Amino acid sequence: MNLMMKVLRYEIHNSIRSKWVILYTFFFFLLGYTLFSLSSDVNKAYISLMNIVLIVIPLVSLIFGAIYLYSSREFIEMMLSQPIDRKSLFTGIYFGTSIPLAAGYLIGIVTPFLIFGKVKEQTEGLMFLVLIGIALTFVFTAISFLITVLQDDKAKGLGLIILIWLIFSVIYDGIMLFVVYYFEEYPLEKVMIALSVINPIDLGRILFLMKFNISALMGYTGAVFQSFFGSTLGVLLSAIGLLLWIAVPLFFSTKIFRKKDF
Amino acid sequence: MKFSFSILLLIILCSSINFSETIIVSKSGKVKSISAALNLANDGDEILIEEGTYEEGNIIVKKSVKIRGKGFPVIDGKGDGEVFTVLADDVLIEGFIIKNSGISYLEENAGVRLEEVRNCTVTNNRFINNFFAVYLAKTANCLISNNHIEGIKKRETNSGNGIHLWYCKNITVEKNTILNHRDGIYFEFVRHGKIENNFSKGNLRYGLHFMFSDSCEYRKNTFELNGAGVAVMYTKNVLMEENIFKLNWGPASYGILLKEISDSEISNNLFEENSIGIYMEGCSRITIEQNDFVKNGWALKLMANSMGNYFYENNFVANSFDLSTNSRQNFNTFERNYWANYSGYDLDKDGYGDVPFRPVTMFSMMVEDQPTSLILLNSLFIKILDVAESIVPAITPKALTDPKPKMSSYN
Amino acid sequence: MIEIKNLNKKFGKNHVLKTISLSIVSGKVTAVVGPNGSGKTTLIKSVLGLVNQTDGEILVDGENTKGNFSYRNKIGYMPQAAKYPDNLTTNELLSLVKDLRANGDSRSKELIESFNLKSELEKPFKNLSGGTKQKVSVLISFAFNPQIYFLDEPTAGLDPISSSYFKDLVAKEKENKKTIVLTSHIMGEIQEIADEIVFLLEGEIKYKGTISSLLEHKKETKLERAIAELMSGVEK
Repeated sequence: MNLMMKVLRYEIHNSIRSKWVILYTFFFFLLGYTLFSLSSDVNKAYISLMNIVLIVIPLVSLIFGAIYLYSSREFIEMMLSQPIDRKSLFTGIYFGTSIPLAAGYLIGIVTPFLIFGKVKEQTEGLMFLVLIGIALTFVFTAISFLITVLQDDKAKGLGLIILIWLIFSVIYDGIMLFVVYYFEEYPLEKVMIALSVINPIDLGRILFLMKFNISALMGYTGAVFQSFFGSTLGVLLSAIGLLLWIAVPLFFSTKIFRKKDF
Repeated sequence: MKFSFSILLLIILCSSINFSETIIVSKSGKVKSISAALNLANDGDEILIEEGTYEEGNIIVKKSVKIRGKGFPVIDGKGDGEVFTVLADDVLIEGFIIKNSGISYLEENAGVRLEEVRNCTVTNNRFINNFFAVYLAKTANCLISNNHIEGIKKRETNSGNGIHLWYCKNITVEKNTILNHRDGIYFEFVRHGKIENNFSKGNLRYGLHFMFSDSCEYRKNTFELNGAGVAVMYTKNVLMEENIFKLNWGPASYGILLKEISDSEISNNLFEENSIGIYMEGCSRITIEQNDFVKNGWALKLMANSMGNYFYENNFVANSFDLSTNSRQNFNTFERNYWANYSGYDLDKDGYGDVPFRPVTMFSMMVEDQPTSLILLNSLFIKILDVAESIVPAITPKALTDPKPKMSSYN
Repeated sequence: MIEIKNLNKKFGKNHVLKTISLSIVSGKVTAVVGPNGSGKTTLIKSVLGLVNQTDGEILVDGENTKGNFSYRNKIGYMPQAAKYPDNLTTNELLSLVKDLRANGDSRSKELIESFNLKSELEKPFKNLSGGTKQKVSVLISFAFNPQIYFLDEPTAGLDPISSSYFKDLVAKEKENKKTIVLTSHIMGEIQEIADEIVFLLEGEIKYKGTISSLLEHKKETKLERAIAELMSGVEK
């Protein structure tokens, strides 16, 4: 753990100065700024922000994580010739990649709120945006690391990454819609809830909907969803779902990393 | 004949001038109950009730008297029958706290009932925990104003309506606050009612509920947090303007539910954060103009059997769905509305988009068909489908467009 | 002192090291030579723990390397063409390694001066030239005064002055009774610095002994020729 913290510190130093992280931060800043200055309605700005967050964060976390890990190969070799165990090194690099991304997002998204003086009145909404964004960052960096340790070929790995992103953000929902139509005679509310807890992007989207599109969701079906996701159990299961999406890929990628030859 | 008529007139005048008395009711005075005062009173007299609690129900008013409370005396019906039953014209009831009319499954017991009367006024009272608060039957030309009406929220079956009108004409209901009843305001077979500046909140069923009540006007009322919003049915010539409908949430909750309404006008209202802003079924020739639809689940739900309705110059902002319908046809007109979801352009700078807007999305049709798919709201996959559909409409009604979507919102 | 007993390494079906047994003594410079793909780097990486052995045993100063990482405190490793994170500076990297290692960077001052690295210490790696990066690599591996050195193509990219300083450094460490293992493509360089030679071919040790006895045996004065003969001799 101690060794991990040491690696983490240096990785953060490195990533924070990366022009990509700075660009990423600036992107969210610009996004928030334009949305707030263009649209008079805060809610509209929120929904647009969230839509972009749900697309961009998984994609960037996946790609950035993979590129970073692929390009750190020599550095990892150098580090592994030092007295450090592989688990500490790997988790150190993981957090050293995901924390700067999460921090970049946090700064980028909070600054426009500060500039427009909206932090106080929008505390809850902002908290949702921030927490969901950060959770997705950790989830998709973990998935990205798993793919990267499984696939040594950089080109194939990046291809796989794009595929994974498509699956999570588009194809999965297509399958859900298919399920809805194919099994239309059955009561599907619980199945749909289960399916959406499984996909972290869907989970983030729905948690956000619960906050901002509550009126639409109060129809009969919506009320069923609301009563789950609004309950303590629902929040708990959602949180566990997200944590598992961080822990499981991280566990397996660490396992693979420990057996890897460099 | 002429002579005797003028004598009669004189007598009437004299009696009203000379013999109009004020009877004072107080706990310590000569007259200790309202019923006793009513026995003593003649038409045109005033009964003034001093401060205190009067535990008497079933007060039957058969004479045209003005009954006034001083310092809000409490009239407690003790949960048995009605508190005031008015059977005479020209009665005024003012300044009371009227409590505890009896809950009954057979009779609609009210705090104040006006039965087959004219020119009565119920004003400036507080109604607490009555089964029905104010009940008007076969009555005309009355005013119900400035009353604060509060029920104790129970189940629908043992809760009555706040202001209930049945077979009435020319009634004005204004500046009342109605909380926690079954229906806040209920009209059945009413003509020429005027409902203005009322506040109806937290009622178990509808904030306002009327049917078969033609030619009524609803102005500047606020209906919020009612179990099912506002429902109006089987009526024509309704005018609803400058009302606020908000926070009516639930599986069957509406800003307004319009069923079989025709030749009416709904304008300058605000619909905010309702599950459904306006739900229209079997409606025709309704003009819906200059309303604001903000943050509703569905701003409008338009069922197939509605036609000839005209929607123009409304603002649609931040609704999950602006419009949904179960039909692929369209017999209604949309024009010059502001749709926040519109992403077209205005090259000729006339303030209206050059490309028509399609307010019905593919996803809204899907949700109509398979409600469970609602869980995919805002998903990227759904967005892709919606964009594809808007380019080549296959499921959504082709003819349902706003050909002149406003580029910026109306104030 | 490094002892390797019956070391095997397979990458899938590819048998890269075939039952290698070898002991490398301290106080001498041992060169591992062989054609590309003969297993030199894999052998070094096995000792470092970068490559997991299929079977066999590796002891560093009597300590088994398997599942162990603290023994690397004793090792200084200079990889072939080192690459470091773009945005880190030499100073940061040095303090990172210092953080990880038990013993301090007692020699870094001297090395920084000799290599003229002072002005480069605060620059991020992406702004450093290839030669400078190589010097940093020397710095990282020598600064902590380890007992054992693994130097993979150490002089590639070094300018002549740095290169000769480096050779002096190696000689000094040899006198300090350190264990030094190096690989190089430049046979002249090996002949200049190394005492022992391990010749690998297709994963097997084909020759092990002192350079002088190899030369004597092959009746050559240049190591390059002796090695060439060794290779062709084996092929025949």
